[in-house]
Amino acid sequence: MNEFASLLAATLNAGTPLAIAGLGLLINEKVGILNLGAEGTMLVAAFAGFAVAFHTGNDWAGFAAGAVAGGAVAACFGWLVIWLNTNQYATGLAVSLFGGGFSAFIGVDYVGKKLAERPNYSVPFLSDLPFVGPAFFRQHPLVYGAIGAALAIAWFLYRTRAGLVLRAIGEAPESAHALGYPVRRIRLLAVVVGGALCGVAGAYFSVAYAPLWVEGMVAGRGWIALALTVFATWRPARVLLGAYLFGGVTMVQLHLQGMGVDIANQLMSMLPYLSTVVVLVLISRNPAWIRLNMPASLGKPFFPSL
Amino acid sequence: MIELEPRPVPSLQMSVLSPLVALVITVGLAGLLFAALGKDPARGLAVFLIEPFNGTRALTELALKATPLILISLGLSLCYRSNVWNIGAEGQYLLGAIAGGWLALFVTDEAIGIHRWAFFPLVTVAGALGGALWAGIVAFLRDRFHASEILVSLMLVYVANLLLSYLVFGPWKDPHGFNFPQTVNFAPQTELPRLLPGMRVHFGFLLALATAGAMWAFMFRMHRGIQLQVGGPAPAAARYAGFSSRSALWTTLLLSGGLAGVAGAFEVAGPMGQLTPYVASGYGFTAIIVAFVGRLHPLGCVLASVLLSMFLIGGELAQSRVGLPSALSGVFQGVLLFSLLACDTFILFRLRWRRSA
Repeated sequence: MNEFASLLAATLNAGTPLAIAGLGLLINEKVGILNLGAEGTMLVAAFAGFAVAFHTGNDWAGFAAGAVAGGAVAACFGWLVIWLNTNQYATGLAVSLFGGGFSAFIGVDYVGKKLAERPNYSVPFLSDLPFVGPAFFRQHPLVYGAIGAALAIAWFLYRTRAGLVLRAIGEAPESAHALGYPVRRIRLLAVVVGGALCGVAGAYFSVAYAPLWVEGMVAGRGWIALALTVFATWRPARVLLGAYLFGGVTMVQLHLQGMGVDIANQLMSMLPYLSTVVVLVLISRNPAWIRLNMPASLGKPFFPSL
Repeated sequence: MIELEPRPVPSLQMSVLSPLVALVITVGLAGLLFAALGKDPARGLAVFLIEPFNGTRALTELALKATPLILISLGLSLCYRSNVWNIGAEGQYLLGAIAGGWLALFVTDEAIGIHRWAFFPLVTVAGALGGALWAGIVAFLRDRFHASEILVSLMLVYVANLLLSYLVFGPWKDPHGFNFPQTVNFAPQTELPRLLPGMRVHFGFLLALATAGAMWAFMFRMHRGIQLQVGGPAPAAARYAGFSSRSALWTTLLLSGGLAGVAGAFEVAGPMGQLTPYVASGYGFTAIIVAFVGRLHPLGCVLASVLLSMFLIGGELAQSRVGLPSALSGVFQGVLLFSLLACDTFILFRLRWRRSA
């Protein structure tokens, strides 16, 4: 029973950065921008978060730094694809390649450094409950933050006028432009907000989850977050669900290794990547369903005619 | 106020100039970075721009590193021209390396007396099959289940990496290797024939150049090659003309996977001589930059491969000569691609002054 509670707790913990990044990418994609730079953005933010948390001793300053770094990288990406009309695929790849190299370069001196002692979090009273307490109520505050963010984003997208405008731009930028909405500015804003969320997720890896800095430590989870948005058919609540599913796969694999199941750990470590492929296959099987849910202008350039 | 205005026709001039402008921007930024890090910019730039060309040995090393880049970027150019976003060439490269390594191990273990020149075509085919198999998975899942080739090909890079470490940590580990994750050294007859005595550059380099010529003929002189490229910019036109997008998907992925696999096999049978986790060198990702800098054109790919190979060697030299981390070359690669994409805007657009109303 305790074993299972700690597995649940670990699943939530592992799913949280995926959920936060997935939600950020969801906002990008809802306005029609596909950001393949998530991996690089998260790496730069993971480094920024670690460095700031290391020097200030304050985790929250680290998360803020991650958000700022992620937003800044995304702003560069956004300026290129939105104003200069560069190819979204190629530009996103450039961000991922640059982010990997840049974070490795500036992070060399921080490899092997340790953060101050990690605080233990617990919700008063609830954390003392049997089973439920250790499973759900001794988590990092951002675990609950991610759930709150999913609800807030769902409410914003589907219950507010601004959210409607955002979705309209993703579906038909020409029409939104004709109605007088500043399509490019709104797109940039959404890209920056999405990048900031990716940044928080990156900082979660280096400040709360790991917590340390190693070159390339995001290890493909930026790409998995991109797959999550497809898996979720662009719905915030399903992003959350998908993130915990992937978190669960990661953790089950680690637990099996810990229990001494006789499968080479390299083969077990393939599981999160293989399950991403399997999930993509299952979800994309029906192209009509994807087309129905995918923002219609996703990945396509928009240049306002005057 | 400055504004972008679409050009009536894309500018051919800009399309050739853009990589050069991007290179100038990158070199300028690199100089600034060196200065900011308190290093002499002239010394730093010399390490990147001059030393890789200085002397016969340096030139052969340049060609050695350019070989996989040429092979991989040729395949990727064809993919990107037909709008197939294979970004997992690194994984296909690794599978080629594993297949080539398997063949070399087999020859080594069984002590098969094979001539170097007979092994060369065999290992090439093994690598091509390995890479094509890995890319074939992507093509199958895309064709049959519409799964995004971007994400699937990239996920398979991680899987390939883990497969390689599984093999060298596990079943293929050298029993007398002091527990290092590596296979035994391959037998001498498996080594690729070298171009010059004493230099590591091998005949794979010539094969890469020949492949570039063949790819040029395929892209621009053969009906099939032109068919593949219509689907990229004009999918509707391709459909009306009866060109199958499915066959374009399979052809481009299998070809690019095969070429990446050959690059991997050459790397293990050439300079490495054994399988280690260090086979995963990022060539598959650098080749993406090569393809774009080379304008998705075979000749451009060759030139851009030399350029990027210079960056890679410069990064290694920067570590030993100037005391900067070798990750520096990754930074420069990213900056180069960024500035290239920004400059490419001016192929389709031009700047215009407008008085604000």
